This record gives sequence, structure tokens and C-alpha cells, in this order.
Amino acid sequence: MKPFNIYISGVGGQGIIKTSIVMGEAAMKMGKPVVMSEVHGMAQRGGVVSTELKIGSSRSPIIQNGHADLLLAFEPLEALRAIHKINRNSYVIINTSPIMPFNISESKYSYPDISIILEELNSKSKKLYAIDGVKIAKKAGHILSLNMVMLGGASAVPGFPLDEKILIESIKDNLPQKSLITNLKAFKEGFISVSE
Amino acid sequence: MNIKDVLTAPKNEVLFLLGNEAAVRGALEAGVSVTSTYPGTPSSEIGDVFSKVAKDADIYFEFSTNEKVALEVAAAAAVSGLRSFTFMKHVGLNVASDSLMTTAYSGVNGGMVVLSADDPSMFSSQNEQDNRHYAQLASIPLLEPSNPQEIKDIMNYCYQLSEEFQIPVLIRTTTRVSHMRGVVKLDSIFKSKNIGFFYKDPERFVPVPEAARKMHKKLMEKMNKLQERANESTLNQIFHKNGSLGVITSGGAFNYVMDVVEENNLPVNVLKLTFTHPFPEETVLEFINDVEEILVVEEVDPVMENAVLAVLGKQGVKKGIHGKLDGSLPLIYEYNPGIVLNGIKKVLNIKTIEKEIQETSIPLPERPPTLCPGCPHRAIYYSVKKVISDLDLENVIFPTDIGCYTLGIESPYKAGDYLLSMGSSIGTSCGFSKATRQCIVSFIGDSTFFHAGIPPLINAVHNKDRFVLIILDNRTTAMTGGQPHPGLPVDGMGEEAPEISIEKIVEAMGIKFLRNINPLNLKQSQLILREALEYHGVAVIISKYPCMLIKSKVKKNNFVVEVKDDCINCATCIKDLSCPAIYAENDTIRIDPKLCRGCSVCIQLCPEKAIKVKKRNINY
Repeated sequence: MKPFNIYISGVGGQGIIKTSIVMGEAAMKMGKPVVMSEVHGMAQRGGVVSTELKIGSSRSPIIQNGHADLLLAFEPLEALRAIHKINRNSYVIINTSPIMPFNISESKYSYPDISIILEELNSKSKKLYAIDGVKIAKKAGHILSLNMVMLGGASAVPGFPLDEKILIESIKDNLPQKSLITNLKAFKEGFISVSE
Repeated sequence: MNIKDVLTAPKNEVLFLLGNEAAVRGALEAGVSVTSTYPGTPSSEIGDVFSKVAKDADIYFEFSTNEKVALEVAAAAAVSGLRSFTFMKHVGLNVASDSLMTTAYSGVNGGMVVLSADDPSMFSSQNEQDNRHYAQLASIPLLEPSNPQEIKDIMNYCYQLSEEFQIPVLIRTTTRVSHMRGVVKLDSIFKSKNIGFFYKDPERFVPVPEAARKMHKKLMEKMNKLQERANESTLNQIFHKNGSLGVITSGGAFNYVMDVVEENNLPVNVLKLTFTHPFPEETVLEFINDVEEILVVEEVDPVMENAVLAVLGKQGVKKGIHGKLDGSLPLIYEYNPGIVLNGIKKVLNIKTIEKEIQETSIPLPERPPTLCPGCPHRAIYYSVKKVISDLDLENVIFPTDIGCYTLGIESPYKAGDYLLSMGSSIGTSCGFSKATRQCIVSFIGDSTFFHAGIPPLINAVHNKDRFVLIILDNRTTAMTGGQPHPGLPVDGMGEEAPEISIEKIVEAMGIKFLRNINPLNLKQSQLILREALEYHGVAVIISKYPCMLIKSKVKKNNFVVEVKDDCINCATCIKDLSCPAIYAENDTIRIDPKLCRGCSVCIQLCPEKAIKVKKRNINY
């Protein structure tokens, strides 16, 4: 079985690794082979964070360039930085709220205009879903539930291999009990925002 | 998953484990009793998991002061008949190597496993050295697992091998294997004794020259027998048999080979080597019988490729060997599926039209790692630069060391000029003090000071050097995730422990200029820095303030700061402090309350006094 490849990118602190583990454990519960690669250490201090998840038969956790079926980008600039992972048949979900690099005022390049980022991703993918994940997360109850908004969105993409019920079980297993209601609400709102 | 599942989950259950977590489970299933490490990426999570489960598992775990001590703890446990496990990042094994060499000579009784987590492409390291060379250098067996399940399964095998041959066994992983997560099927935990006994045998355990000569001979005999074992090992396996090209691979590279061979239906035979030293020569000879050409796929150095060349040379077999040495594959950095696919295609002379990899022509600003908002290191770097500028000092040398504070090399601080290894800030300061007339301000962290900073500081005092040393005591080993060190009242198993005072150590060395500062108090810090820069001799400043990541776990700060209307948007705060919480929006200075930790450093440095404290909105 050809694996379903998900590349997740964003900025340290957005809950990217946790989200990936939720998906990985859900795949495992469904009896699907799954491998994942995560980055720890120095790269995390406010820098770029990315994980790669392959659901289906695969030995290496690294997605070959151009082979991601889904790019789940928690931050617009980081979506663009990951463009080498997708092809014209890939789906892209992007949270449109930018996080400025701390040194942007000294940077050689300015932060690209959101509309330019969206246009670029749209032209280089099958379908782009641009959602204001931060706004949806705040509405659900907490800005930190952004990762569940993104996960809900991912689960609405055609061909996404994980069962909603088992995903929710995995969310319960991996996230704190006290924020569960907010997180499940965020998940649902994320799903709706991409389905529409 | 709860991390304690690594200990409590029963046989046949499946867990989605990180390679490093799987190593812990494997050691527990093998009945390990004594475990030790010094934290370092990409091996750190092994210690983090042991520190959480060791007590419940009724085994011993410690964060040792450095990797050499960690290896010595494990060696002594193993000669006392217990199974021990020590693990570290690749450069950590350099520190431990002095004792590793001799451990190979004198051997062990209980099994001893050493795991080296290498870092090809240097995600968090100063080099990408290939530690498989250590197996050759020390003459010990080497195994290279490819995924979490293999890491777990291999542990028990390694202990059996170690005990049968009375020799330490080296496991080599790489970042992509240590930080790979996969489905792992568990076996039962085995609880072995945790009190050993040391039977004296000086001829075996004290390598005076006379004894060492005998030991080396015995070691060579062991290695000969181990070579037979490598040849017989079922861990070395043939996976595909449908071509004239034989691919020999190991570790993480095996995963890439299999994925691209299967996806593209490539006509190759694949030999996966897991037991790679002593090199399984017969296995390799048998494998290459059926093929016309050979491609070796490995990370980082051409270790197996050289071994294959040697085997063919010895046997007088002439076959094309491809790999790093003929340029079929890159010589350095980690591989990925694309690189491996290109290498195989090159050798097979397959020309296909590649799907174009998409790129963007939009220039992307970088997002480099940085010190966290509220990090005490930022405050001290600011003060150092300010005082040096106020005193008009030029060409100041900043030897630095390994930790978060290495990020001080970045603009605007640019306070990092020379770095070799753990503890090198002080040793190189001694050298600069002798070799130049330049002013020297050196930085070392608390955990790094305990690890390798004490001998060079003694050296500095005794040899009458002159420099300023700032010990950045943030009360944790921050870079690797916040592990304790000897300067804290808690040990690796969460038990109360004697706190070793850095101040008293420094005092005992006879250092006359010793001051403690709170780096968040800029005025006091800068006053003392001035004094230190004028001092003739070794001046030590202990800059003590807890890491914000640790502090905020203990206590949420309930105030932030905000910019008042008096702000003239001079941007001094952004230019000189570069805190991620402070930013300019259409030339107006703003502070992001989500990021601000209320450290107050910007309040003190604002020339217009236009930043003030504000109560934190409870809803954040």
C-alpha cells in the first residue's frame, strides 16, 4: 500500500510534535503501519519545527521531495519553505496567521505578503485550504488549541487515512483532560473550516 | 501515550515509540540494572525516560557529570556482574573514549552496552563524526539498528553477546533513527539483580604494561571469534534478490534504500548489515557472488565501503564498487530517499525524466533559533556588550561553550568567537591569554562547567592567566531539555541530592576575584563587569538566574511589560536586546504579551524610560 505522506511544518511551541503523535497513534490503533520523524534540540528554540508522517507501508520516516500528499502548515512562511515537499496533486492546509521571525527587522528579506504566499501555494498544489486557525482556536476557547484546529482540518482532506472516531480517542490519550472540551471543539471547527 | 507506558505496558502490546524510548524498553526487557548518561541531542530522551521510570523499575539511573564518568559508572557495574547501559551523543563518546579503550582490554562480566547517537548533517552538533570508527579503534563489536523496533530488539542480543565474549558492545544510531517514531511490539520486562559483587583480579582489571600486553592479545582472539559470530548473524539479512547490482547498507540508510527500491521497482539485491564490526566478510562475499557490481549506502564515512574493498582485495575478486569513494553518493551529510535513488540510478545507468521538484522564487526570510524571551543569557550578553562599548575596548575575544548560550554568537550580541568542545571556553582562554594581549571574556554554562570546566580553570589560576570568565548558572542543563546537574539539590532519579556549589569550587581554586550577579539587574551586572575587566588575573563572575522555561513551569509570572506613549520609537530595545517579544509595527514599538516573560530588562535599558510593568491579563 502506497503510504499517505503528511509533512507538518511551523514554529516551535505550536504543538506540532504532539499533533503528529496523535495521528501516529491513531494510525497504529487502526492497525496501519506508520513511521514518523521529528526534530528535537537546538532547532526548537523559536526556530522552524517540522515533522514527517508516513501512514502506510514505508520504512524511512523521511518524505522524498515532491512526495507529500498533504502539507499541514501551522504558519504561512513555513508553508512556503516546505514547497519542495509537495507536488501538483498535493493538498495544502495553511493557518494564515503569521509569526514574524524575531530578527525580521534585520533580515535581508521581508516577510512575504500573505496573498502572495497563498497564490504561490495555490499554483503549486491540487487544492489549498487557507484557514485562520488562530481565530478559530480562540473561538473554540484557547489559542493553544490551534494544533487541534489543524488536525481537524487535515481529517477533512480527501484521502486522509484516519478514522475520526479513533483520532478523537487518540486526542483523549495524548492531551490533558482539563482542556479536552476546548480541544475537541477546535478539532470540529477545523474540520468544518476545511470541509466547506 | 504516557511515558511510563515504556515501563508498564505488557508483552505483545504495541506502542508508538521514539527510537530513544525504544532503547529504554529494550534495556529494561534485557534486565539492565545500572544506567548512566550525560544529556546530548540526539540521545537525550533516553535519559529523560530513564529518569522517569528508573525508580519504579527498581534500577539505577544517573545523569553523570560527563560522559567519561558515565562510562566508568557503567564499566564498574558491568565488572561487578550487573548489566549496564551508558548512552551519549557522538561527541560525548570522545570524552568517554579514554576509558572505553581500556574497558575493551579488561572486558566485562555483566553485559555492557554503549550507545552512540550520531548526528549526520549536524542538527544540534559541532561536527558529524562517524562513531563507527570507535568500534574499530577500541576493537569492540558494533551494531547499527534501523528503526525503533530494531533498537528495542537488539538490546537483549547485545547483552548476550557482551556477556558471552566479556566485551562492551557499541550500538550506533543516527538522528533519524533516534528521533524516528514507529510501532514497536513489546516483550516482557526482565527484572535482574541490582546488587553485584566485584571479584578482584588485578591481572585482568589493572592494565599495567605487563598485563595490558596480555589483554590486547586476548582482545584480538575475542575479535576473531566475534567475526565468526558476525558472519553467522541473522541480523545481517538479504532483502531483495532480483538484479545484478548488490546494495550493501546499514542503519538509517537501509530505510531509504528499501523505500526507493520498492517504490521504483529497481533491479537490485539488498544486503542489510546490522552487525557491522567485526565486518561480516563471508556474508558479504556470499552476497556479492550473485551480483556484478556493488553499491555501498551508509552515513557518514565510507566505513563499510572500505571494508568491502578490503575483502575483495584480500580475495582477489574484481568487481565494481560504488559508493562515496567514486562519487556515486555524497561523501558528507545525511542521506534521504532522493539522494539514495539518484545514487542507485547513476550506478544502474537509468536515465529517467525526473519530476521537477517545486521551488519558490519568493525570497524567504530565515527563522534562526534564538534565546527565549526572558532568557537570562540575553541580559548578560547585553551588559557585556554595553560595558565593552562604554570602556572603548577593542578586539575583545569571546571564547564560548556548548549550551543555549552558544546562540550569543548571533547579532546583536556577537559574543562567541571560538568554540571547540565542552569546556573549551576556559582552556582556550588560557591559550589566548598567553598568545595575545587582547582582552578576553569567556562564557560557560553551569552544567558545562561541571562537565569539563574545572580542570582548565585550575590551569588558568596556576599558570597566572588573565581573563574574565562568566559562568552562566541558569540552574539546569537547558539546551537538552532541562536535565538536573550536580549544582542542583536533585538527582537523575528525582531524589534529593547534595548540591555542589560552583562558588565554593571557584573559591577553593584560589580565585581572588569572584562575584555573584543577578543578570536581570543591569546596573549591578555592569558595575561588576567593569571591575572584572580591570582585574589582572582570572576574574570569575557567576551570573545566576533560572532558565525561563524551568521557572515558568514552577511559577507563572503574572506581569508583562508594555510600551508607553513616551516611546520615541528609537528602537534601541530591538537593536541592542533583540528579544522575540519586542517588535516594530509600522515603526511603532510593541511588546507581544503572549511572549513577554516580564524579565524587565527592556525597562532598564530604554533610554526614554518608556516601557513599564503591566499586570498580566488573566485570560492569557
